[in-house]
Amino acid sequence: MTDSALAPLRAPARHLGPGGYMVCLSGIVGRELLRFVQQKERFLSALVRPLVWLFIFAAGFRSVLGVSIIPPYETYVLYEVYVTPGLAVMIQLFNGMQSSLSMVYDREVGSMRVLLTSPFPRWFLLLSKLVAGVAVSLAQVYVFLAIARLWEVDIPPMGYLSALPAFVLTGLMLGAIGLVISSAIRQLENFASVMNFVIFPMFFASSALYPLWRIRDASETLYIVCLINPFTHAVELVRNALYGVFEPQAFAVVLATTLVFFALAVVAYDPGRGIMGRRGGPKGEAS
Amino acid sequence: MNEAALEVEAVSHAFGARKALDGVSLTVPAGRFVALLGPNGAGKTTLFSLATRLYATRAGSVRIFGRDLSRAPAAALADLGVVFQSRTLDLDLSVRQNLAYHAALHGMAGRAAKARIVHLLALVGLGERIDDKVRTLSGGQARRVEIARALIHRPRLLLLDEATVGLDLASRGAIVDVVRRLVAEEHLAVLWATHIFDEVQEDDEIYVLDKGRIIAHGTARSVAGAHPAAPGAEARPSGSTAALEAAFRAMTTRAEDAA
Repeated sequence: MTDSALAPLRAPARHLGPGGYMVCLSGIVGRELLRFVQQKERFLSALVRPLVWLFIFAAGFRSVLGVSIIPPYETYVLYEVYVTPGLAVMIQLFNGMQSSLSMVYDREVGSMRVLLTSPFPRWFLLLSKLVAGVAVSLAQVYVFLAIARLWEVDIPPMGYLSALPAFVLTGLMLGAIGLVISSAIRQLENFASVMNFVIFPMFFASSALYPLWRIRDASETLYIVCLINPFTHAVELVRNALYGVFEPQAFAVVLATTLVFFALAVVAYDPGRGIMGRRGGPKGEAS
Repeated sequence: MNEAALEVEAVSHAFGARKALDGVSLTVPAGRFVALLGPNGAGKTTLFSLATRLYATRAGSVRIFGRDLSRAPAAALADLGVVFQSRTLDLDLSVRQNLAYHAALHGMAGRAAKARIVHLLALVGLGERIDDKVRTLSGGQARRVEIARALIHRPRLLLLDEATVGLDLASRGAIVDVVRRLVAEEHLAVLWATHIFDEVQEDDEIYVLDKGRIIAHGTARSVAGAHPAAPGAEARPSGSTAALEAAFRAMTTRAEDAA
């Protein structure tokens, strides 16, 4: 090895300024998108799930379930139109959980350790992971909305744009919930049961499939559960945003839930306060 | 006086009631190769997790080039490269993409990062595999990619946790050779955790860790000389790999008897 061959090793490197933060963020987002592009089956399954609901479930219930005129709709709407915002947020719900699944996987195979030994603050690394998850979910959501349009789900063209910030916020909220869950899961195998205990209750006990007034007619208790469920507010935020309406209560609940769960995730992944240092050695390592 | 790259001072760590490290102190001088010898379960990986801030140091302190890891983690971690015991590459991404991701985690991008990736892969002899998926590499090649990755942000201290476990002799030799060249030619400080004795040379500074405690420290030759083989064990010439192994067995056996 010649001296000149090693010369580029010698110059010190410090890239921790504001530009470095952007580079780090784009690196984490880029990796997530690369992985997503390479996992075609993940993309397909993310689309098939809501489309099955839209094409089969909603079409079947169209004649049974009428939806009265409720904001933001100005007239009677088809049931497919009503469920579309909920199905779009369901994509984000699954994606948030999928991201946390990948965190558990990363922790098991060790690449999580590479991320956490970056000199950037841990809260920033976790936030970057959240943003990466949102970027992936947005691609899925907009492809779904484009297909839904072919199925008589007519959303005002400007609605696709006005809903973007809402989708970003709901994606962050669901990703933050996923982060907290991932911090509490020790092994990948335990994740399936958590999915059942989180995804299905969140989705079904919300306004995604039925308007809240209809749920209240059926059960006051279930209505209260739906009101407490942040997923309800995520759906309503998106539903209103798709029609250019800002819903402040839903916005406040989604924002507050995002902040609370993100703060919990930062604590959980903090080596001093969270679960990481209290556990045994990394899985699969000798000591 | 040589600057200390890594100073671990009176560090203890427990998982519940189980004590993994008990008052461990060690120093890796700048530009030096130091080996950490210990059997499985000795606490090497726990020590590495503390030195990389995966775990918080609750008792004692860890300093990297004088910077306390708890108080100034960003500056300390910027000087640190690490190769973990388990594989940490993304198998579905190419070698270049893995290294670019790591460069980004240290705030490096653009032409400088690209040039550095090419340079480091040439250094570890894998320049021609740059666009191959990691999944297609052998275990030894993947390890060399991990070493290249650990160096991407120009650290001055490199930690390697049993980097050669599971590799054949030729791959192990290639990795040890790369690391020793980095120490000799680049003035890189290295803490090399292992339980494979022939990776240690007789003039190397070594620490022997067993059951969470440092039970011996010195050059490999002096440690082997100071701890003769256990009674009944075959006598070996001092200074050789076999002598160190015999001394190690004697030390860990005594520690077990004393426990």
